[in-house]
Amino acid sequence: MKTGQKLTVNKKMARAPKSKRSNETLTGWLFASPWVIGLLLFFAYPLISSIYYSFTDYSIFQAGDFVGMSNYKELMTDELFWISIGNTIYFAVLFVPLSIIFGVALAMVLNMKIKGMSVYRTIFFLPTLVPHVALAILWIWLLNPEFGLINAGLEFIGIDGPAWLGSTFWSKPSLILMSLWGMGQAIIIYLAGLGDISEEYYEAADVDGASFLQKTFKITLPLLTPVIFFNLVMGFIGAFQQFTLPYTMTNGSGSPADSLTFYVMYLYDNAFNYFRMGYASAMAWILFIIIMGLTAFVFWTSKRWVHYQGD
Amino acid sequence: MSAITQKRMKTIYAHSVLILASVLFLVPFIWMVSTSLKPLTQVFSFPPEFIPRPIQWENYVEATKYIPFWKYTFNTAVITILSTIGVMISCPIVAYSFAKLKWRGRNVLFVITIGVMMIPAQVTMIPLFLLFNQLGWVGTNLPLIVPAFFGVPFSIFLLRQFFKGLPDTLREAAKIDGASEWRIYWQIMFPLARPAVLAIALFQFMASWTDFLGPLIYLTNETSYTLSLGLQQFQNQQGSQWHMMMAVSTLMTLPIIILFFFMQKTFIRGITFTGIKG
Repeated sequence: MKTGQKLTVNKKMARAPKSKRSNETLTGWLFASPWVIGLLLFFAYPLISSIYYSFTDYSIFQAGDFVGMSNYKELMTDELFWISIGNTIYFAVLFVPLSIIFGVALAMVLNMKIKGMSVYRTIFFLPTLVPHVALAILWIWLLNPEFGLINAGLEFIGIDGPAWLGSTFWSKPSLILMSLWGMGQAIIIYLAGLGDISEEYYEAADVDGASFLQKTFKITLPLLTPVIFFNLVMGFIGAFQQFTLPYTMTNGSGSPADSLTFYVMYLYDNAFNYFRMGYASAMAWILFIIIMGLTAFVFWTSKRWVHYQGD
Repeated sequence: MSAITQKRMKTIYAHSVLILASVLFLVPFIWMVSTSLKPLTQVFSFPPEFIPRPIQWENYVEATKYIPFWKYTFNTAVITILSTIGVMISCPIVAYSFAKLKWRGRNVLFVITIGVMMIPAQVTMIPLFLLFNQLGWVGTNLPLIVPAFFGVPFSIFLLRQFFKGLPDTLREAAKIDGASEWRIYWQIMFPLARPAVLAIALFQFMASWTDFLGPLIYLTNETSYTLSLGLQQFQNQQGSQWHMMMAVSTLMTLPIIILFFFMQKTFIRGITFTGIKG
């Protein structure tokens, strides 16, 4: 009996706020309405039409005819498409692991409790504040084979520097070098991760007489894996959308010999220089699929190597 | 005693690693500023020299005449300020409704919002261009400003997490006192969210100030160019004016560095927030 009574009371109590809730639904939608409109106008509509465009030969000058899979088929035989994918993968595969190794190592040093640390931290973050166009121009100058600071430095230690951006072999490593310079954002995220690791682990390890290397590989790195995972995913997504740096550095040409033609640069060319909007839309969807696939793959492997504190 | 010397050795070791790395990170900066102050003859001296002789402040004046620098700065400022105001108006109120109001469809819409964050901008870029083209907005700065007034998914997400952390009792107490939902938002919740709103405003400011692809697509008329495009223009015309290019690069970076200097904490809190839970 008692439980039954309780139930009816509960029902009443649940019913009372219901009218209030429908009232709140109106307010809720009203408050969210800017984003509802934004979502429909700037995301849903373009997303759907982009799928459609990718099956047409749409250009600005003519309404697109439906051409089925022909854009996708043509891409498969488009040499520059494959070159741009190859360049993008080359960059991603080298840059992302390097940025993780250097980023984690620097963050570990920056996490020590010594005087003047905030000054050091600021210094490593500064390059992140340089706008990408300015960063590109600064590095063209630094990498100038004749008057650049980098080759002058190399000559000082007896090395004959390469032509950097003038060489098909060194152009991508140049881009990696300048991108590593601007990775302060990742370092700050690693620092936040390091700050979250409880001191107790290290104290316990010290009692057991663990060495620095043991502490690094048994405590720090495993507990940092969630943050490494985050930067890995963001790093790959960013690498695949590389545009401003190579575009500015080569004036949009991707030279020498298309060694700096990146995927999004070729997409941009198709859309806004050749006005092949349909073809470029197909490229955009392939990019989307690559990024989704990569992200899913990294998520899938993460079960094996990402450890969460308290697990 | 030996423990103390060991600790001291460790500190010395850390400092030397940090100083070496700092030099590597700082030198390109110093090089940019130093080149911007050199006479052209010294720009091409080899081996390179760091100290400009004499210091040529005129480079900056010359550079601002070489391209319509002030016009471009004005254009950039208009886009940056308006779009920043846009996200400050739209994002907090949407985020508040996601975090604190209970309405039908809320969860579905929030999941969609998260999903949208994962779509690469290139996918929506072309249809958006065609849409703005039909509206007659291509060639104006409207495509770079108006969308901000309708919310940015990442900023909405960030603010929603912030509002979630505010106690519900605040809202309930105000409700009992008869305050409308709008008053609760505007007079209680929005002021409390100020640090988070400031963080998303900073992100938008930086994104707009440094944006390149957006202006490249939409600003077809040279009089409406932003600094990003203007700097590129430098490279086209006689690309050897390195001292002037470095001067404009320095000028373009300066506002962000000043902003960072005054709002370091907000900056870093905002950035770490994105990675906090991995």
